[in-house]
This record gives sequence, C-alpha cells and structure tokens, in this order.
Amino acid sequence: MSNKTLFDKIWDTHVVKKIQDGPSVLYIDRHFIHEVTSPQAFKGLEKRGLPVFRPKQVVATADHNVPTLHQELPIKEELSRIQVQTLKDNCAKFGIELYGLGHPFQGIVHVIGPELGVTQPGCTYVCGDSHTSTHGAFGSIAFGIGTSEVEMVLATQCLLQSKPKLMRINVDGTLGKGVTSKDIVLYILSQISASGATGYAVEFAGSAIRALSMEARMTICNMSIEMGARCGMIAPDETTFTYVKGRKFAPQGAEWDKKLAEWKTLFSDEDAVFDKEYNFKAEDIEPMITYGTNPGMGIGVTGHVPELSEIKSGDLPAFEKSIQYMGLAAGEHILGHPVDYVFIGSCTNSRIEDLRQVAAFVKGKQKAEGVTCWVVPGSKQVEAQAKEEGIDKILEAAGFQLRQPGCSACLGMNEDKIPAGKYCISTSNRNFEGRQGPNARTMLASPLMAAAAAVTGKVCDVRELV
Amino acid sequence: MSKAINHIKSTVVPLNLENIDTDQIIPARFLKATSREGFGENLFRDWRFENNDPDQPKKDFVLNNPIYAGKILVAAKNFGCGSSREHAAWAIKDYGFDVVVSSFFADIFKNNALNNFLVPVTVSEGFLQKIFEQVEKDPKSEISVSVEDQTITIEATGEKESFDINHYKKDCLINGFDDIDYLLNMREEIGAFEQARG
Repeated sequence: MSNKTLFDKIWDTHVVKKIQDGPSVLYIDRHFIHEVTSPQAFKGLEKRGLPVFRPKQVVATADHNVPTLHQELPIKEELSRIQVQTLKDNCAKFGIELYGLGHPFQGIVHVIGPELGVTQPGCTYVCGDSHTSTHGAFGSIAFGIGTSEVEMVLATQCLLQSKPKLMRINVDGTLGKGVTSKDIVLYILSQISASGATGYAVEFAGSAIRALSMEARMTICNMSIEMGARCGMIAPDETTFTYVKGRKFAPQGAEWDKKLAEWKTLFSDEDAVFDKEYNFKAEDIEPMITYGTNPGMGIGVTGHVPELSEIKSGDLPAFEKSIQYMGLAAGEHILGHPVDYVFIGSCTNSRIEDLRQVAAFVKGKQKAEGVTCWVVPGSKQVEAQAKEEGIDKILEAAGFQLRQPGCSACLGMNEDKIPAGKYCISTSNRNFEGRQGPNARTMLASPLMAAAAAVTGKVCDVRELV
Repeated sequence: MSKAINHIKSTVVPLNLENIDTDQIIPARFLKATSREGFGENLFRDWRFENNDPDQPKKDFVLNNPIYAGKILVAAKNFGCGSSREHAAWAIKDYGFDVVVSSFFADIFKNNALNNFLVPVTVSEGFLQKIFEQVEKDPKSEISVSVEDQTITIEATGEKESFDINHYKKDCLINGFDDIDYLLNMREEIGAFEQARG
C-alpha cells in the first residue's frame, strides 16, 4: 500500500541523485526568469564560458522593473531600462524565448506561466522570485531561488535541494459571504505566523480549498512563502484539468490523455504521514486585514490591533516598532481607518477573476474623494480580457486607473510607489516596512476588501456592502 | 582569491529584532544593478539613513554606532524572510560580514548565504540571548565560529554551542567549492536522467 504524499510523488520522480549527508540533485522541468534576478546569473555563465543547458525549458518575461504606463515608449529610468535590455540581450544570446515588453504574452511571471499552460501538474518549477510557490496550485513543486541557483539551473537544469519537511493545512467548511481565498491565507498566516511553515513544503487541502477556482488557489499557494514555506501545493483535480486544457502550451490529443492519466495519480495517499498538520474551519474566517509589517500580523476586519498584554515579551520590540511604523496603537480598532491609496494587482491578486470581482463590486459606484486607485493587470492577456469584458470602462467610470501589466506597487521598483506616511490597502503579498515605497504603510487585504475601501475611503467590512 | 571560509573570530554587530526581511536588508529600488558588487553601501538602507540620504545616518541604528563593528552579525529569529533576492546576501557579505547568527533563518536566505560563503549559524534561543547579553555588557566581546568543528563560542565566558550544517555544504565552505562546480560535473548523468524519463 502506498503512503506517499503529493510532494513525495513529484519529488521522487525528479531526483537525479541524492548526495550522501547532503542535498539532492533535483531535475527542474521549467525555469522562469525575469530581468531583476537573472543578469548576474548570465554573467556567471559567461565567465565560465558555458551555454544554457536546456534553453527550451526556460521562459523569460520582464515584470519587476517595467513601467505600468506608456510601455510603448522607451523606459525613462536608466537603470531599469538597462536591466530590461540586458534580459533581452541575454535571451537572444542564449536562445531563450522572451515575452518582453510589447509581447502579447508579457506579464508577471507567476501569472503568465499558468495562463499559457506552461504550469502543469506533477512538474518542478523554479524562478528567481520567492512567489514561485504560486505554481504549486496546480499540484507541482515550485521553488523560489536565489541568483546563484538561477545560474545553476541555467547551466545544468538541476538544483541542489534538501528535501523539506512536510506540512498539511486543512481548511474545511464553507466560506461566508464576502470572504475569499485571500482571507483564507491571511487567516492561516495570522494563526501560524510569518515563520510558521519555515522548513516545510505545505500542502493545502480540505473542502474549502477544493471548492476554490484555480485563480483563488494560486492566491493561497502564492502566499505560502509568507509563512516561510519552501513551497505550497494543492492536489490537482477536475478544476485544475479544466483550467489547463486547451491553453497554448498544454498537452494536446493523445499526449493530453497520457498526461491526464498521470495527473490523476497526484494526491496524498490516505495513509500519508505529514510532519505537521493544521486544521482550520472556513466558518471562522472573516474578511482579513493586516495592521503590522509582516503578513502574519493580520486580523479579522472587526478585530483590533493586539493589546501589549497579548504579545509575548520577547516579541514586544518588533511589535512596537511595527505598529509605530504603521501609525497605529495597541488595541486600536482598524475598521473605519482612513485610506489614501488602493492597489489592486501583484502576482497574488491580478488575475482576471480578481478584476471581475472588483468590477462587479464597483459597477455604478464611485471611488471616495482623495483616494488614488490603481488596478494593475497581471498580464497582457488579463488586460486584453478585461477590455473585452468592458471591465476597463467600469473601472474608469468609478474613478480607478487601469494601468499596464507588471509587478508595480507590490514592491515599488518602478515609479509606482506609495508616498511616505500614506496608507495603502493592497492586494499584494507583503506589508514590510518600505515595501511599497520608503515609509509607505501597507494593509494587505483581498481585492473585494480593497474595492470596498476604495469606494468608502476607509477600511470597511465588505460583508455589509455585498 | 579563495572564497573558502572556516574559522572566524570577531566582535559582533547585534541587531535584536525578529523577522528581519530582505526588503529591509536591501530595498527593491536598489536591485537594478546587473552586477553583484557594491550592494554593501545600501545594506539596511532605510534603517540606516534619514530621508534616504547617506549623509544623514540615523544615530540609533546599530551600524551607525561606532561601538559596534566586526565580521559577525547577530539577529533575532526568522532572519532573511520574504523575497528570494540574493542581493540581500551579497549586501551583507559586501559590507564585511562573514557570519550571520540567528535562532532561525528563512530557507531561501540560508541557501543564498551559503552560496556566497556567508555562514548562517543557527543557535538556540537561549544561546542567542546570551550573545546579546554579553555584547550589551561588553561591546568588545568576541565570538568565534568554526565551520569545521560546527561550533560557536562566546570567548569571554567560554560558553559554546554546536550548530547544524550538512557534510556536503561544510566541504564547500571549507574548500571554496560552488554548487555549480558540483553540478557541472554531473551533466552527463543529468542527460541520462532526461533520456530515461523520455
């Protein structure tokens, strides 16, 4: 009787060799690269006089550093322009397919992989970006890696990795009205903390997870890194297969049938044992919002910032620094807190389903005065789809600005920065100090909560408005 | 120059904060370079300087306090969480650190550190507190780390703890070997693996 976990099944078929008292040599099926974490890796290859080992297994795009307005014009900022050009030069030189600026497939790397059908169950993926965990939503192993590792994978299509411990997080039950997958993952983070899954590969399971769409599952796996997880994953099922089928790089014909049969074996066996297991109830989850400077510092929207007495003494310095940065007080309620910016975008929540939710909510409404609202689609394809569905018109009529695809204000590498001291309700993944710009104050929430804040100008309970 | 690293004895820079993420270590706006050099000057940029101005050091930040210096950075738990940017490890190494001590490291940061011969030493919460206390008492206190023996010692008191590192990585650090050297020697085996999978 087999007692393998989903992770084991994929890991075992990708180990080229296990080094004694060391890591394993893991074969990587697909490698995504972008402009920020690849230039030094290509330089390393050049220094060693090496080619890219399997250029057809590498997919490149420009996302972190691109402007989200006037992408048809040369990039104004010199360093950004050089970095994007360097990617172009490297891809040409090493024979790698690039979906760069102006290409109809360009977009955030973790949005385009799935939407092009590059991301499939049972495979291994890496990218020089921590949110590579997103691809695990398809029942694959997907690791965020550093630039030295990018170089390794370019040179050998392999990565040295120690096998992580295994964790399963079960969420059962039915989500309430106005509660979404973003709230599930922020809730889990609030319960197990920003380091609760460090050292683990996490499988998300349970009836509430099974009921989610692929977009919603991606949001959860995307933020598994915020718990410290090495990767996040969800066993593939009919929802997964339906999503993948027919996409540009999805298997076709007889190949599809063969793959599908394989994919159907990808689940954790009944007797599979995990090193750690958590159980949560969907009914306990409220719309969530963060008050602090790591994604584990979240509360239900009707809750309050913890009192000092609720914080362990060792954690006090970091807690106090955090709420001081946010301009909040211990014990304060967050409901009704004024908002200056709303950012809807990032590899966490910039897919067509996110934009549809926002559009459905704001249709016929107006953004509150004084609030700046940016909607940044995850890819050119999402942008095109949004226009086809008239979402652009709805957003514009409501006073939102629909920009062009890229990572944008999630990390403020381009000019999309939140000004110092301003509060931004953001659908992105990190509320770290200065993440969205020096001294910017980020509150993470779902696209619905962000849309509600845009319309009311303050943190509000979206359940009262839907 | 050999990258090999084995025995380090130095005063330390204490940074007693939890969950120090890589956005603090090196903010995203400094990731636009296409080379690995020079990130040290922007290490902890926004904790180090007022108004993003290198001429306005924040007096209360430890890197600006002349009492503290050395090759060993000591920080509280979950160091290096967040983004996978290797620039964080580059910045710490480029600034002059060879060792980071914490009770808990984020996984990707730990790998990045090892790949840059920056030794991540994981100690118990109790030992970490002892280091902080010792350095508070005497900022000139030295700590020594031996990769070979897998030990960390507070010199003033002789208190010692051992730390984990796998045999393979230890070899790499002591001898200055890269993972990439190892993998390059395996390309034939990798090709055969691909063939076998079909």
